[in-house]
Amino acid sequence: MKIGIASRTGQQSMDARASHQTVVELQGAGVRREGRWLVRGVDLVVRRGEIVTLIGPNGSGKSTTAKLVTGVLRPDAGQVDRLPGLTVGYVPQQLFIDWTLPLSVRRLLTLTGNHPAAAVDVALAAVGIAHLAGASVQQLSGGEFQRALLARAMIRRPDLLVLDEPVQGVDFSGEVALYELIKQVRDETGCAVLLISHDLHVVMAETDTVVCLNGHVCCRGTPELVARSPEYLQLFGARAAATLAIYQHHHDHTHLPDGQVRAADGRLDLADAHQHEGHAHG
Amino acid sequence: MDLGRWCPLPELWTVAPMLDDFFIRALVAGIGVALIAGPLGCFVVWRRMAYFGDTMAHSALLGVALSFLLEINLSVGVFLVAALVSLALLLLQRRNQLSADALLGILSHSTLAIGLVLVTFMTWVRIDLMGFLFGDILAVTVTDIVLIYGGGAVILALLVWLWRPLLAATVNAELAEAEGLRPEAAKVILMLLLASVIAIAMKLVGVLLITSLLIIPAATARRLSATPEQMAVIAALAGVLAVCGGLFGSLQYDTPSGPSIVVAALVLFLLAMAAPLYRLRPRRREPV
Repeated sequence: MKIGIASRTGQQSMDARASHQTVVELQGAGVRREGRWLVRGVDLVVRRGEIVTLIGPNGSGKSTTAKLVTGVLRPDAGQVDRLPGLTVGYVPQQLFIDWTLPLSVRRLLTLTGNHPAAAVDVALAAVGIAHLAGASVQQLSGGEFQRALLARAMIRRPDLLVLDEPVQGVDFSGEVALYELIKQVRDETGCAVLLISHDLHVVMAETDTVVCLNGHVCCRGTPELVARSPEYLQLFGARAAATLAIYQHHHDHTHLPDGQVRAADGRLDLADAHQHEGHAHG
Repeated sequence: MDLGRWCPLPELWTVAPMLDDFFIRALVAGIGVALIAGPLGCFVVWRRMAYFGDTMAHSALLGVALSFLLEINLSVGVFLVAALVSLALLLLQRRNQLSADALLGILSHSTLAIGLVLVTFMTWVRIDLMGFLFGDILAVTVTDIVLIYGGGAVILALLVWLWRPLLAATVNAELAEAEGLRPEAAKVILMLLLASVIAIAMKLVGVLLITSLLIIPAATARRLSATPEQMAVIAALAGVLAVCGGLFGSLQYDTPSGPSIVVAALVLFLLAMAAPLYRLRPRRREPV
């Protein structure tokens, strides 16, 4: 499974994504609290196999929009249409788990639903942390924890995966690896992905649509298009735009957290993994 | 009240004579309370609600006073006041004017003070204040035992039923909400369960010490548990041990029951501290 993802996905994803079925559609949706519109007039379509990224400054209504999509909030204006029986997988931001709660990675994965042990192992292997199944969640590093949370959302076989600032507190190489994983999940399961990010420096190249929010939709389109749009430049300033790097895959291998190296074609370099056994990775 | 006279349960007839002994009654009641307080206490510890539990417990004295004033059942009065105080707190917190900490401080002590003042005003009833503050095993009746086990069964059944949403909401409310669970509702139910535990545990340990029965066994269990479920069970057992130890000690040395139980719970906690911490270690899987 660990090895299978990248190579097997081609076929599967084509089937799963064939329909590009609309999962959630917002039409002129708005949320009003205490006489103030948190967001207003948001049009948004989330389809299977597509990645939508919401960006915007703090307080621009990203979380509110995400809550409209997941159905936690009802719109005070406009319309929200969700696929009946929609299964949501959610990766929260900045999760702090009190030390007093004894929670292993394995137990974390069955937090909101029952899943057989085999499925847990598969999900953990898919995100590269099978070796941490028995570890307590409080012991994990930022990147490992985000992987565990991603595995937890994935195991639900969601129609829609919502990630709130998934790379927060993760270093740059971890960030790249996580974005790669998100892409893999999308390719393999064909689910719709909604990413929330205030990190304007890195926007996934795989993102089909970037929606830039500031109380309303200020601009939208492919990452390249948004980066050049005058509305975006006005909102974030030319300097922010200049540093906006759209992440592309130019590397030829990935370091898995257990010390293995995976080549771009998905094969694992086992010799390398054994070399790693002896030293700092142990 | 002599329950045996009208109680329809035949089992109770056979146990009834044994329950004539006040010590047995206290022991049976205490074990029941500990079995409920352990698992609920885990949530109090996980969600950092210790002060919250204390505030609800302090408001119990106001419940006692109002029960006498309105001539309603003591446990019902205490439950209603504790539940009202917790709901008031929820609503006040939403207004975001004072910090939760300050609100708790205000409610905790003012409800206790109002309760004390009211009790003093009511000269027509004789109330053993020390008994309510620190527990009185002589006060435990057969009705209390029926209430503890009947109410306790309902509380534990609800807790099992709501375990998943409660635990998910404890880990992360937004996650639980997004995946279709209802953390707000779970929170309100948890508060009502806490209010009922306070109502049924009050006579035994007293309003000032109830929270310790929620927190100390749970804290003791933490060091011995690998999963949340294990922690709930071990907390219940630790509570039962503390109740037994405390009550026997109280009989032996003629000490008040509540403080004796708390001291026994503390001794268990210290013993658990001395034991090596149960550690979850990452298991490295060798590449094959």
